[in-house]
Amino acid sequence: MNSTQNVIAGVGLADRPLKSRWPARMDFAQSASGLVLGLFMWGHMFFVSTILISKDAMWSVTKFFEGYFVLGVSYPGVVSIVVAGVLGLVMFHAFLAMRKFPANYRQYRTFIGHRRFMAHEDTTLWWVQVVTGFLLFFMAAVHLYQMMMHPGDIGPYGSADRVWSGRWWPLYLVMLFAVELHGGVGLYRLCVKWGWLEGKDANASRRKLKAAKWVLTVFFLVLGLATLGAYMKIGYEHRAQVGEKYTPAWAVPAPKEKAQ
Amino acid sequence: MAEVKAARTLTFKILRYNPRVPGDKPRLQSYQLEEADGMTLFIALNEIRDKQDASLAFDFVCRAGICGSCAMTIDGRPGLACRTLTKNLGAEITLAPLPVFELIADLSVDTGKWMRGMSERLQTWVHMKQEEIDLKRIEDRMDPDLAEEIFELDRCIECGCCVAGCGTARMREDFVGAVGLNKVARFRLDPRDKRTDDDYYELVGDDAGVFGCMSLLGCHDVCPKQLPLQTQIAFLRRKMVLQGTKG
Ligand code: HEM
Ligand code: SF4
Ligand code: SF4
Ligand code: FES
Repeated sequence: MNSTQNVIAGVGLADRPLKSRWPARMDFAQSASGLVLGLFMWGHMFFVSTILISKDAMWSVTKFFEGYFVLGVSYPGVVSIVVAGVLGLVMFHAFLAMRKFPANYRQYRTFIGHRRFMAHEDTTLWWVQVVTGFLLFFMAAVHLYQMMMHPGDIGPYGSADRVWSGRWWPLYLVMLFAVELHGGVGLYRLCVKWGWLEGKDANASRRKLKAAKWVLTVFFLVLGLATLGAYMKIGYEHRAQVGEKYTPAWAVPAPKEKAQ
Repeated sequence: MAEVKAARTLTFKILRYNPRVPGDKPRLQSYQLEEADGMTLFIALNEIRDKQDASLAFDFVCRAGICGSCAMTIDGRPGLACRTLTKNLGAEITLAPLPVFELIADLSVDTGKWMRGMSERLQTWVHMKQEEIDLKRIEDRMDPDLAEEIFELDRCIECGCCVAGCGTARMREDFVGAVGLNKVARFRLDPRDKRTDDDYYELVGDDAGVFGCMSLLGCHDVCPKQLPLQTQIAFLRRKMVLQGTKG
């Protein structure tokens, strides 16, 4: 059975006489989801990098997110829920952004030729976003699934063991570059796309935005590499005791954990 | 003592191709020329055509950056040949026609056809209500600042550089381009135009319009009239999103 609506939409006349409002909503949602992910990514990097301060610091951040300092008991399940939300957001963002990918041979051929010949920075940066975005489809999915299913293993030893003995570091290494480039360029593009921070002289503010973008990208890359290096080192040194959890001397005995 | 610099010898690599000649293949042909003081690409191309190769096809009318007909791809970037000084380029200069537009031959393209299609699609003229068209009545005064703002956007010469420099327009044939979006922004400012955002949404409220733009800003960076395309497209996007999320 076909309703009137199905018949009309089935032959491509759904948006007559008036244009659909969906393209407006999708453009907005693509930017909004990108903004949240981009800011999340920076916050995330700060949390993860607490390992550079000390194992205790990283342990405390982990326990904080598990609700330990408020509830007195750790709930790694809380982390699972947050991760599921992020995964949903990544999927939503990717679904919307996918519309912009070149879709066939002719479009690829044209865009690549255009990019090479024109050698225009913002055009090239968009291409960087396409490539890194494509990579993140897979890498973010793998990483997030792992975090969602094993939130209890996050910690100074748990994470380091995963990075080293679990051989996750190659993924994190590539993903670090992908995510920092993707997110950094993305946040810059949000500004020029919507006219944020434009001020009186759009060209001058764009130059400043771009400079700020590069400074931030380099900063987060350096921080990320140092952090990953720290986990690799701890993981290497801890390779004989994989599975043992870290507990700061002042928190012994280890806090209770609620089953997931 | 002023230093006398020896004039450079410029090498022009020019894309030659006539789609109407059966079997003709796109190729680069080199020409050499002694650089002169204040030489523009317009002067250089005419010299090549006069003295070296009468078959070379390219367009010019005004020689002053007003008609928009001399737009071409100069070392990869769209620009106006009559406004480009050779002294700002290297000793080897690559010239090619603008992409997107129908190629006539060599450096000559038909931007007019594309622009006309765009104008008809976006209805780029002042829309008044029928009853207000009274030729005897004195026109309403316009605030000088507003007139200035409209005039700023009206400086577009429809050269097509923004379209040729846009990765989106290159990939998607139905994209209206920055020139089209700028025109909508221009009529939207005009108090005589009675169209509302609802009407404009019908014109550019989809992926062939303002939501198709991926903010690569090629348009903004190549526009030879330095129109504020980045600002105008962002502004239109905000208005159209507002319009699209309202109802
Ligand atoms: C798409 C971007 C990313 C998302 C959405 C994401 C999300 C998450 C989430 C939700 C957690 C759980 C953290 C917690 O609650 O304590 C986590 C852990 C972690 N992430 Fe990411 N992450 C992303 C990118 C990266 C990148 C680029 C790195 C590179 C170093 C990285 C390294 C880590 C590490 C080392 C942990 C903890 C280690 C572990 O237990 O395996 N993440 N991530
Ligand atoms: S907006 Fe600029 S580049 Fe585009 S057609 Fe007009 S003058 Fe040319
Ligand atoms: S900002 Fe980019 S995508 Fe948008 S019209 Fe300009 S060149 Fe094209
Ligand atoms: S000849 Fe008219 S713009 Fe160059």
